[in-house]
Order: sequence, then structure tokens, then C-alpha cells
Amino acid sequence: MDLNDTPELAEYRTKVRAWLLAHKHEAPDGRGDDEASVAARRAWQRRLAEGGLAAVTWPAEYGGAGLGPLQQVVVNQEIGRAGVPGIFDIIGVGMLGPTLIAHGSEEQKQRHLGPMLTADEVWCQLFSEPAAGSDLAGIQTRAAQQEDGSWRLSGQKVWTTNAQHASFGLLMARSNPDVPKHKGLTMFVVPMDAVGVTVRPLRQISGEAHFNEVFLDDVRLAPGSEVGPIDGGWGVGMTTLMFERVAIGLGGEGFGWRADRFAHALLADEACTRDAETRHRFGEIATEFLALRFTGYRMLTSLQRGQIPGAEGALAKVTTIRAAIAAGDLICDVLGPEGLSDERFGELVSDMPGLKSAGGTEEILRNMVGERVLGLPPEPRLDKGIPFSELRAREREAVA
Amino acid sequence: MNFALSDEQEFLKEAARSALSRVKTVEAARSALDGAALPDLWPTAVEAGWPGLLVSEANGGAELSALEAMLVFEELGRVLASVPLLGHLPATFLLDRSGAADLVAALARGETRAAFVPARPPSDLGEGWTVEPAIGMTRAPAPSCSGGKVTGAVSWVPDAPGAEHLVVVLDDGRAVHVRASDAIVELATVYDVTRSLGHVTLEGAPATLLELGDRDAAAAWYIAQALIGAESIGAIEVALEVSVAYAKERHTFGRAIGSYQAVKHELVEMLRGLDNARSLMYYAGWAAQDKPDEFPLAASALRVAAGRALDHAARAQISVHGGIGATWEHDAPLYFRRAQLSRRLLGGTAGAADRVAGELLTAARAKAA
Repeated sequence: MDLNDTPELAEYRTKVRAWLLAHKHEAPDGRGDDEASVAARRAWQRRLAEGGLAAVTWPAEYGGAGLGPLQQVVVNQEIGRAGVPGIFDIIGVGMLGPTLIAHGSEEQKQRHLGPMLTADEVWCQLFSEPAAGSDLAGIQTRAAQQEDGSWRLSGQKVWTTNAQHASFGLLMARSNPDVPKHKGLTMFVVPMDAVGVTVRPLRQISGEAHFNEVFLDDVRLAPGSEVGPIDGGWGVGMTTLMFERVAIGLGGEGFGWRADRFAHALLADEACTRDAETRHRFGEIATEFLALRFTGYRMLTSLQRGQIPGAEGALAKVTTIRAAIAAGDLICDVLGPEGLSDERFGELVSDMPGLKSAGGTEEILRNMVGERVLGLPPEPRLDKGIPFSELRAREREAVA
Repeated sequence: MNFALSDEQEFLKEAARSALSRVKTVEAARSALDGAALPDLWPTAVEAGWPGLLVSEANGGAELSALEAMLVFEELGRVLASVPLLGHLPATFLLDRSGAADLVAALARGETRAAFVPARPPSDLGEGWTVEPAIGMTRAPAPSCSGGKVTGAVSWVPDAPGAEHLVVVLDDGRAVHVRASDAIVELATVYDVTRSLGHVTLEGAPATLLELGDRDAAAAWYIAQALIGAESIGAIEVALEVSVAYAKERHTFGRAIGSYQAVKHELVEMLRGLDNARSLMYYAGWAAQDKPDEFPLAASALRVAAGRALDHAARAQISVHGGIGATWEHDAPLYFRRAQLSRRLLGGTAGAADRVAGELLTAARAKAA
């Protein structure tokens, strides 16, 4: 067990720390979603990119630092320590860029990765639909290829973070409805200013709108807009979701969900820190957050050894959400009604019910871990091997 | 950075598992409930070098760290092996540091046994060094010593029966060595007969003060917390393995019960508890060595996570097996008894949760000031 930096890593940390110290004054202070705040956050991402701190694990040929997950964690830690925001387009740089690097054409990489990295062009992820979330392969957005190789897209996407700021989206659509559902999907790059794309904000419990709905009404895409093989979109999407799981598994502390921070919040009422029940609840919640931190180090050790993070990372998401829900409840119980309007803790309470389903519902994640890690048999499926078009007809019949 | 076991540590675990596999410990645990004698595993422990695990090489020990001790306890916990190391290891840790070379060497060789008579260190709430009462939740002050004589009572002391040497932590945080023959040790084994317990009474017993560092007596308490946690991890592993195997082979309504989400999710919850506890075991092992300031927090968090997870796993194992899981036909009740007793020893799982809170609140107050 060794959590110390190697000499090389310590040297890297010193460099990162020095850069942040020198540029700290340029960082925006807020996390706001208004136009001016977003512009400031995008400008800050450009500065981070220039300093080599935006895409630590991207290959150097695409503007990244070409380093490993450990260096990424060092950057995250130092950004946290400096008290400055990280990059704005976490979804683009953290998930969609790596997907393009893995599956995109050279032309797509050359065209898109540079502006993505500097936040000149923000990206959004267009996978989930109103009727396809947990069962993502059931998406209905239709992509029909024309004789000249171009595409026409129609359908609806949902839970789209940053769609209102995005220049491009990575979109999964059904290119062939007459084969089983996982086999007829294709991934596309969609310009968000294309004719027929409409973005509508979705407000959440807190009143904020972190997500959008995106409507696609006969949107035309140029030939070559597909990422990876035609009808091979499922595999491309799995790459994105793998990067998402790593980000979530290593990410809880990045949201400031940490045992020490919650301890500090409890000091608002010194008497409560001597109350047996409060202490007991806090002790159990803090234990889960500590477990997450050290599970993160175990995951990093695996990553560093070149192992691909497995389904176990899904458990870290389950623990993160459960502990954050319990922490929000506890802190607001201590603060009283006023807590619910507190910017940090009221929002924590309001956001968790939705986040419980984001990035895989708890139930789906438990299925995945049960089947892939424990080797338990899956629930019987009624959709195996059946062409998607037929499946839809059967579903309609069953409802009727 | 490297947060995984080393090859040597993996080997130590394998060797422990192999040594313990030569005795049918779980069957023995069942027979012992009916009064049969438990197999004597001390020779196995001696052969493996476990009694001297925490003793320095200069005093004839292996000079390994708390993490290695935890790894051995994980293996002991898997098979409910009754080896009196929960008392012996923290006691030898303190004696080794006090420099009682001849005695420590004999203890490291396993020629004689010691038991740690624990006291919980003071918390941020201002209570002193306290010990388990015979009954109830109200903790009693630790024994006191004056003029070389120690007086007091400590209940539920792990492995006190049969130990020749007692290391008693006092109400002022110092520790003394007392010969067991100068104390009254009443057998108190209850419910889980694989766990040897005793009530220790000292009535002016002659005591030798141990020369220790400021934090040593507290460290011994937290080592004991970590060892109970590690032992629980082993028991959870087995409960999960056995339950998963059964859920794959038992069929209802034409399919394996493990295919039902209700059962699958329960099994995944066992895994989640196990995985969290294991991460904290590594944390405790790392802190013991590299970050002693955090060892009280780490060991307490390990105790909480592992204790909670074993509570759940021991019950889930019974539910997954249906009615048979609650009978002596199955091993599940033995693990259930282990869980029920463990959660109430050495300050209890709940006491450890309070300690996690106390450590973090203390740090937060210091930072705010």
C-alpha cells in the first residue's frame, strides 16, 4: 500500500500546482449557467487546455497531454486544492472525445477534437430517449440513409446536458429496424444548428434546468457523419458509457461530496455534534464516503496496470448516490427548513432523486453487477433475437 | 501510487487459507454448540508464525504490519477458526514496544499467550478511558493503578481465558503487565462459542508499568477494531460465495432464483458491503503504517463498514436459502451467531460509528478554529 507520488509524479504535481498558482486569478468564480458565466467557464477551459490540464489522457497528436489516469487524478486533486473550477465540457472532453478517438474517422478527429478541447465548440450526448433509458438499445430515433449517402434523422432525445450550449452532439439512432435491436444502431455527429434541431430545457426539482429535450425533425446529415460502422453504433456507445462509469466512479469527491466537508457543515449547530443520533448517522455516512475514496484508489491501481475498469465501478455509483442522499437528509435535518434553501445542501437534496437514475438506474446497475461480477443468470428476456420492428408491433399489441 | 496487496501479502493470505483448510473448523463450530471441544489451532498458528506477527525482529517476531495481521484475520473469519489472536496480537504489540524482550520472545514463539485487556480511548465528548460493563450500555472507567497494584473490572475480554499474561490499559491511558494468575478470569464465552471471552477482575493485582509512547495504548485499541473488521470481511466473503452458488442452482417457477432481481439485488448488496469494507481495510492498513494520525478514523470506519456488511450478509444468506438457512442443517446460523456477537464486542459497531463521527468532527473543529 503506497499512496505517495513517485518522484516523476511528484514532479508533475509540482508543475501542475505552479501553473494553477500562476493562472488562478484568471479563473471564474461561479458555476452559473447564464450566458456570461458560461462564456467565462469556456474561456477558463481554453486556458486549462493551453496549460495541458484539460485533456490529460488524450494522445498528444490530438492536443492532449498523452498521460495516464494517475496524472488525471493529480490534475483533479490540484484543481480542487487551488479552489478553481475544472473544465466546462466534462461530457465532451471526458466521454465523447475519447469515443471519437477510439471510433471516429481521421477526418472527424482532425475536425472536432481541437475545438472540443478549447471549448470553442461544446458537445452534448444524444443517447437516451423518453422511451429508451435503461433499455437504451430500444431507441426509436430513425436514421434513413439516402441514395447520395446522406442521412435523414427524426426523433426525440432527452436528459441532454449542455444541449443549449452545444455546437455538436454525438447521437445514436436506429439505422435498420428490421434486425434485432442492438444490431441496427448507428452513431452520428450532429451539428446542433442543423435545420430541424430544437432544444427545450427541462426543469428539475431544484428549479434549475441542467438537462434538455432535443427534438429532431427531418434533420439532414452529410455523408460520412456516422461514427464507426453503420449498424455498429451499439459498440461505439458502450465505449462512451465505459468512460462515463470511470468518471463517475472516480468523481464523487469532485462534486465536493466528502466526509470532511459534511463534518464542517454540522458545526453550524455545535450542540448537534454532541447528539448521539446525529453522530451515529454521520458516522455511517462518513464511512461510506471514506470507502468511496479508497475504492477510487483501488480502481486507479487497476487502471494503471492497464486493466479495463469492470462492472464493479457501478457499485461505486450506487454507494455515491446512497451516501449523498443520506448526507443531504442529515445536514438539512440539522439546519432545519433553512437548509433546503441553502445553495449547497438544498440543491443536494433536490438533485439526488434524479441523479439516482442518471448514468444507469440503481436497479440496472445492480443487474449488471449481479450478472457480470457474480455470474448470476439474467432475467428471461422477451426481446432476444427479434427484429426491432416486430418487437414494437408486439409491444403495441400487448398494450392494446 | 499502488493501492493493492503485494505478492508477499497475497502469499501470506494463501498460506493462511491453506493452513486453516487442514482442520474442519466450521463443523467443529457446530459441534461445539453441543458441548464438544474445539480443535486446538494454536499449533497451526505457531507453525505459521502468527503469534509473533506484530513483534519486532529484534524480539524474535516477524515485524509485519497491522495489514498483514488483518489479512490473517480475514482468513480466520472465513472459516470461523477459533485462534486466540484477537487478545494476543494487540497485547504483544504493546509489550514489544515496552521492551520486555524475554517475555515478548516467548510470546512471539507462541510458548505462552497474552491477552489485551482493552480500554477505549477518550473521545471528543470528553469521556475518559472506558471498558465494557458486564451488562448494559453504560461503559465503566478502566482499571486504575496505584503503588504498583491494579484494581478494576473489565468484561467481555477476548481470549482472556487461558492467557498467562494480561496487558491492562488503565484509566489514565497507561498500560500495565499483570500475570493472569494474579487476576480473576471468569469464563464468559456466550452465543458464538468459537469466540473465547472472559470477565477479568483485578483486586490489587501486582502490576508492571509498561514504558510506552503516547499513542500506543490507543493504537492497540484500534488494532483490535481493525482485526474484528477484517475477520468480518472473511465471514462476508463466505456468506456471499455460498449464497451465490445456491442462487444459481436452486430453481423456482422454472428458473434459477438468482435470476430474479429481488434475490440478485440482495446478493449485490452483500458484494457492495464487502467491497466497501475491503477498501477501508486497505485504508486502515495503509494508515497504520504511513499515516498514524488517521489510524483511529480508518480502523473505526473499517469496523463500521465490515460490521454493518456482516450484519446484512449473515441475514441475507439465511433469506436466500429459505427456511433451511435458519436451521443447524446449514452453516448460515454459525455465521449469524458470529455477526450477532461481533457487533456487540469491544465498544460495538455502533461505538465505532460514533468514533468515526468524533474523529471527523474533531478535525473539522480544528480546521475551523
